[in-house]
Amino acid sequence: MVLERTSIPLYWRDRGIKYRLLGGECKSCNRRFFPYRKVCPHCGSTDVNKVNLPRRGRVVSFTVVHNAPRGFEYYTPYVIALIELKDGTRLLSQLTDVEPDEVREGMEVEMVIRIHRTCGESWLIAYGYKFRPVLKK
Amino acid sequence: MVYVNGAGFTKIGLLWEYSLEDLAVEAALKALEDSEVKSVDAIVVGNMTSGVMNSQENLGAVIADSLGMAGVPSIKVEAACGSGGAAIMWAAISIMSGLFDSALVIGVEKMTDVTDIPDQTSALATAANARYESSLGASFPSLNALIMREYMKEHGLSEEDFAHLPILMHKNAVDAKHAQLRFRISLEDYLKSPYISEPLRLLDSSPIGDGAAALVISSRRADESVEISGFGAATDVVSICQRDDLTRLRSVELAAKRALKMAHLEIRDIDLVQIHDAFSVMGYLNLEALGLVERGKAHIRVEGGDFNRDGWLPVNPEGGLKARGHPVGATGVYQVAEIYLQLSDRAGRCQVEGAETAIAVNIGGTGSNASVHILRRC
Repeated sequence: MVLERTSIPLYWRDRGIKYRLLGGECKSCNRRFFPYRKVCPHCGSTDVNKVNLPRRGRVVSFTVVHNAPRGFEYYTPYVIALIELKDGTRLLSQLTDVEPDEVREGMEVEMVIRIHRTCGESWLIAYGYKFRPVLKK
Repeated sequence: MVYVNGAGFTKIGLLWEYSLEDLAVEAALKALEDSEVKSVDAIVVGNMTSGVMNSQENLGAVIADSLGMAGVPSIKVEAACGSGGAAIMWAAISIMSGLFDSALVIGVEKMTDVTDIPDQTSALATAANARYESSLGASFPSLNALIMREYMKEHGLSEEDFAHLPILMHKNAVDAKHAQLRFRISLEDYLKSPYISEPLRLLDSSPIGDGAAALVISSRRADESVEISGFGAATDVVSICQRDDLTRLRSVELAAKRALKMAHLEIRDIDLVQIHDAFSVMGYLNLEALGLVERGKAHIRVEGGDFNRDGWLPVNPEGGLKARGHPVGATGVYQVAEIYLQLSDRAGRCQVEGAETAIAVNIGGTGSNASVHILRRC
């Protein structure tokens, strides 16, 4: 059986990444990436600055999950999308506030904070980023 | 030089009567019997999920003990779905070091003791990045679905174009007694099969099943030995959003290059191929990474029969991951065990005529950890 991960520090530790889209900006190859890490995934440099990434982007590709991992069954079917932010950085996220059949490639989306999951019987609630279609002005 | 001296495996499937140890022991005893070797200097176990699925780690000792071989050094090697290939490679390295003369490699996975699909899905998702992929609800198939979507866009493919590989794999598996899915499928079956994660369908996906395969390898060449002429391994960036090119398996390219260099061979010298078709799109990307097809053209070549058992270059004559089955950490060992039987003319109805050299590609995650082996008839 897969162990439930109910440690609060496990989620707290990643608060910058999960709540503010904390990414990295490599001073050596000038590329950005998400999530932040000490070593650049592109060139291996350790000269990496922390940067809050833009909260808007567009859907590059998406898929609809019908068979969910434990803890996500309640939300099926849900959309997992590859998103390109305004600065070109890519990340993976669930989409929210939209039905799977309404999602389109190229759709403009923005980050919001949502429940990612509740962790088993501990009722620990893990929050983090999801993306929704940009609301009309 | 390292030789395969014997191989053994269990049938793959929902093997309710078998425990994790039962599977490993059956395959290992068959391999030992096949090689006529009584004892080995080391055991290397390839397995991915014994911790989460069977609450059992320390698998090296558990399996050595189960075989009545307590005293022999034994460890588990883990590289997600690539665990089996990785186990063979590290066992071969231990022999090439000169320290050991022989080793028993066992790939084993007992998946069906976890009966709830969400738990199985979670266990398999541990191959992805736990903090930024699976913790968002991304299942392992969903990551492959995103890669498939990108591949379709890049090359202008339809969903139908992915049917050719599973159709061929199912056809091949009919002849393989140990295969899990020994029935044919049609294009219509493919298009009617449900989505697991759009556009990826059930019939794009390898099944969940139990199984174990084992090899006896050594520095000693016997009558029916097959030589391990080369091997190579490589990793890639784990999170797919951090990869520069989603539809390119750099790890496989690198691992294959290293293995071919070690074997002093070119890919055109290879007569038989085992690819890691956990999902149809991964099968196509394997063929591309080996340099056997142009990018975006794999479906045409598969449909045209180039990779049939009697075709230009036979691929997965026993049905591959899709239909022979994919007991995760055992798969890489099944691949090389099947090649061993092929190159010693014992593959029965799956036999490919006249093959002298073969290559096996085993990958973990969405291509983040790959190993490649090249075998040659002695």
